[in-house]
Amino acid sequence: MIILKFANPVLGLVIAPFLLSVINRTKAAFAGRTGQPLLQPYYDIWKLLRKGAVYSRTTSWVFRVGPLLGLAVTLTAALLMPFGGLPSAVSFNGDLILFVYLFGLMRFFTVISAMDTGSSFEGIGASREVTFSALSEPALLIGLAAIAKCTGYISLTQMFSSVVPGLWLNSGPALVLAGVALLIVFLAENCRIPVDDPNTHLELTMIHEVMVLDHGGPDFGFILYSAALKMWLLGQILIGIAVPIHTGNILLDTSAAIVGMLLLAVVVGIIESSMARLRLLHVPQLLIGATTLSVLALVLR
Amino acid sequence: MSLFLWGLVIIFAGGLASLFSGRKPGLATFLGSVSAVVGSVVAVVPAFKVLLTGSTESLRLNWSVPSGSFFIQIDPISALFLIPILGLTAIAAIYGAEYLWAYREKKNLGVPWFFYNLLLAGMMLVVVARNGLLFLVAWEIMSLASFFLVTFEYEKPMVRQAGWIYLIATHIGTAFLIVFFILLGHQAGSLDFDKVSAIPSSLASILFVLAVIGFGTKAGFMPLHVWLPYAHPAAPSHVSAVMSGVMIKTGIYGLVRALTILGMPPAWWCWALIAIGAVSGVLGVLFALAQHDLKRLLAYHSVENIGIITIGLGVGLLGINMNSPTLAILGFGGGLLHVINHAVFKGLLFLGAGSVLHSSGTGHIDLLGGLIKRMPVTAFTFLVGSIAISGLPPLNGFISEFLIYLGVFKNGFAGGFESIIPALVVIGSLALIGGLALACFTKAFGVIFLGEPRSEHAKQAHEIGFFMKSSMVILAAFCVLLGICSPLVIKSAENVIFEITSIPLETIQTELAATSAVLTNIVIISLVLLGLTATFAVLRKLMLSTRGIREVGTWDCGYARPDARMQYTAASFAQPLTDLFKMFLRSLKKISPIKDIFPAQSAFHTDTSDISEKYMYQPLFSWVSSSFSRLRWLQQGRLQIYILYIAMTLWILLIWKLM
Repeated sequence: MIILKFANPVLGLVIAPFLLSVINRTKAAFAGRTGQPLLQPYYDIWKLLRKGAVYSRTTSWVFRVGPLLGLAVTLTAALLMPFGGLPSAVSFNGDLILFVYLFGLMRFFTVISAMDTGSSFEGIGASREVTFSALSEPALLIGLAAIAKCTGYISLTQMFSSVVPGLWLNSGPALVLAGVALLIVFLAENCRIPVDDPNTHLELTMIHEVMVLDHGGPDFGFILYSAALKMWLLGQILIGIAVPIHTGNILLDTSAAIVGMLLLAVVVGIIESSMARLRLLHVPQLLIGATTLSVLALVLR
Repeated sequence: MSLFLWGLVIIFAGGLASLFSGRKPGLATFLGSVSAVVGSVVAVVPAFKVLLTGSTESLRLNWSVPSGSFFIQIDPISALFLIPILGLTAIAAIYGAEYLWAYREKKNLGVPWFFYNLLLAGMMLVVVARNGLLFLVAWEIMSLASFFLVTFEYEKPMVRQAGWIYLIATHIGTAFLIVFFILLGHQAGSLDFDKVSAIPSSLASILFVLAVIGFGTKAGFMPLHVWLPYAHPAAPSHVSAVMSGVMIKTGIYGLVRALTILGMPPAWWCWALIAIGAVSGVLGVLFALAQHDLKRLLAYHSVENIGIITIGLGVGLLGINMNSPTLAILGFGGGLLHVINHAVFKGLLFLGAGSVLHSSGTGHIDLLGGLIKRMPVTAFTFLVGSIAISGLPPLNGFISEFLIYLGVFKNGFAGGFESIIPALVVIGSLALIGGLALACFTKAFGVIFLGEPRSEHAKQAHEIGFFMKSSMVILAAFCVLLGICSPLVIKSAENVIFEITSIPLETIQTELAATSAVLTNIVIISLVLLGLTATFAVLRKLMLSTRGIREVGTWDCGYARPDARMQYTAASFAQPLTDLFKMFLRSLKKISPIKDIFPAQSAFHTDTSDISEKYMYQPLFSWVSSSFSRLRWLQQGRLQIYILYIAMTLWILLIWKLM
C-alpha cells in the first residue's frame, strides 16, 4: 500500500507531459494539421536535460535555485493530492491551503529568477504574473472553500472521495459554479488561452514564457517538466469534482480519472482553438468574474 | 517578578549612564546597547516561566497619586507580548550599536541610547501595568521616548514633520484611552484592572469603540495609520524595526486586554474587527505596492500585518460569540502567533532596509539594483524575510496565516449567513493579501537586490559590518525556526488562549494537540521540499559536471547596447496592480510624453499620497484650525487678561461647588 501512496507523483512524472501533446493534437485537428508527434514534449525535455548550461553574467544564485525549487514544489504538492483511486501520501486537515501556498512559493522564485536577469522583458512578464496570480488566488481558495462546505471535509483526500453522484444531486449548482471558477483559475495558472498564449512569438506579449527566456539546458528542462506537473496537479482538482467515480476498485477509479484528465486536455485544446486571447487589460475582469462565481458557490446552499 | 524588576532597573540605569557619558561615543554605545541586551535577557526569564507554566506573578505597591497604584502583573498574555518586545529590542540594540556609530561625530550618542532604553522600559511597563493610571503613564513614556527617537535627525525638515505627525496622532489615540479608562474606572470604582466586574452591555460597547480607536491609532488600523508611513522612514533603522516590530503591537495588546475585561462580545464586535482587519490588510498592502521608498513600503506592510492579526482576533472573538471553541482557539492562536512572527520578520526587514540605506545612502527602490553581489548576507536575510512576510511555506509567516485559515475552514461554515459572510471575508482577504504581498516583495527584493545597479548609489554599496550582519542572521534563523518548530510553539499558547477565552483548558489542549499534529505534517512536507531541492541541485551538478557552462550577457532581443537603466523599474512592475486598484490609491501621475520625430527628454512621475490623510485628516484639521481661529479674540497677549481668566475660572468653580 505504501507504494500506492507515492503513485501520484510517479504517475504525474510519466503522464503529465502527455497532456501537452493531447492539447496540441486537439488544436491541430481543429486547424486541419497533423500536429507534432505524441511524445514530442518528452523528447524536448530529454533533449534539454542533456545539454550544457548558459547563464547570464547578471544573474546570481537566485537564478539557479528557481528551476530546482519549482520542480521540487510540484513533486511535493503531488504528495498531498489524491487521484482517482490512488490515495495521497500525506493527508491532514487544511492540506488544501498548503497545496495552494506551495505554488505561491514556486511563483515567488519563478518571478525573482526572472528579475535576476535584469531584462526588461522578463520584468514585464514577472509583473503580469504577480498581477494575475494575486487575482486568481482568492478565486482558487474561495472555490476550494465552497467544495469544502459542500462535502463537509477540509482535506483534499476526504473532500474528493466524498464527491459522489449523490452530492451532485444535492449541491449540483454550487459544484458547477465552483468548477467553472476553478477552470478559469486552471487556465490562468497554467498560462493557457484566454489569459496567456504559450505559442506566442513576441516577447512583449508573453507572460510565463518570457519569464523563463534566459533559462536554458537542464534548468529549462526542469521548468518545462514542472509546468507540465503543475497542470497535472491543478487539473486533478477539476477532475476530483467532475469525475465522481468511487467504486473502490483502484484500477477502475484511476483509469476513469486518467480518462478525465485527457478529456480536460481536449477541453483546453477546444478552448484554445475556438477563442482568441483576451487583451491583457481584460484579464483581471475574467479573474474577478471567477472570484464572483466562487463566492456564489460558497454562499449557495 | 524580582528578575523582571532587575531587568527594568538594568535597562533604565544603563540608558541613564549612557546619557551622562554622551561625550565618549564608544562608552555611551557600550553602556546603552549592553544594558539593553543584558536587561532583556534577565527580564525574559520570568516571561518564559509564566508563559509555559500558566502561573501569574504580581506586585502591588502603594502610590501617592489619586486612584493610582503601582500594580503590575505578569500573566500569560503579558508574557506573550513581553517575549518579542525583549527579544527584538535586544537584537536591534546589537544592530544599532554599529548603525549609530556612523553618527558619532555629528551627534551625541548618549541621547538616542537613553531614549532607546526608555522606550524599552516603557513597553515593558505597558504590558505589565494593571492600573489605568500606571498604564497611561507607561504609555506616555513609550510614546514620548519613541518620538525623540523618530526625531533623531531633527535637522532634516522631513524628519521634523514626521515627528509632529507622530506626536499628534499618538496623542489623539491617548485622548480616547483616557476617556476609556475614566469610564471604566467610574463603573468599577477603581482604576485597578482586577476590580472591574460585570459591565453593562451598552457601556461595554462604548468602551469597545474607544479601545478600538485609542489602541488602533497606536497599532495602525486603517484609517488611523497615517503616522506610520512618516515615522518609520524617519527613525533610525533599528528604531523603525522596534517600533514596527513590537511597539505598535502594544496597541494589539491593549485591545486584547480590553477584550478580556469587557466580557461577552456581541456579534457586531467580531464583524467590526474582521472588517477593520480586512480593510487594513488589503489597503495596507496596496499602498505598499505603490511606494517608491523602501522604508515607507515596509511601514505600509506593518498596516497590512496588523490587519492580519486583527482578522485573527476577530475570528477568535467570533468563536467565543458563536460558542465554537475551535474557531476561538485557532483564531486567537493564529492572530497572536502572528504578533510574534511579524515582530521577527518585520524586524529583520527593517534592519535589512537599514543596511541598504547605510551602505548605499538611499532607500529609493528605483535607484538600487544588483546589491546581491555586493551585500550577499543582507540579500539572503532580506529574501528570508520577504518569503516569511509573503506568508509562504515553510517559514513562520505561513504558519500563523494557516491557523486562521484552518479555523475558518474547520468551523466557519457551520452557522448560517452570520458565519458564512465573515468566513468569506476572511478567506478572500487573506488570499488577496497573500497574492499582493507576493507582488510587493518580489518587487522590493527583485529591484533592490537583483539585476544591475541602476545608479552610483547602488554601485558604491558594500557589505555591512559584523554586528549588523549577525543580528540580521539571528532574526532570519528565527524565521526558519519558528516555522520548523511551530508544532511545539503552538502548544505553548494554551495558557494565553485560556486567559483570553476562558474555554476549559482541556478543550484547548485537545484542539492544540490536533493543530500541532497538522503542523507536524506541514513541517514534514517542508523538509521533503528542501530535500528534493537539494537532490535536484546535486543532480544538476552531476549532469553539468562533464558539460560546458558558459557565461554571457542577458538576452535583450538583439539590441546592441543594453543599459542598466533599461531594466524594469519597481514603479513599472507594480503598475498593472496600482492601475487596477486606482479607485483606492488615487495616485498622481505626471507624464511629459515623447513628442516630435526626434524625441527629447521625457519624464514620468507617480506619487501616491495617503487617501485617509488627504480626504479625512487634512479636511478635519483645517476645519479644527479654522473653527478655533474664531476664538482668537480671547488670546490678547496681555498677562493681566490671562490672570483674569484664571480668576474667573476659579470663581466659577467655587460657585458651582457651593451650589
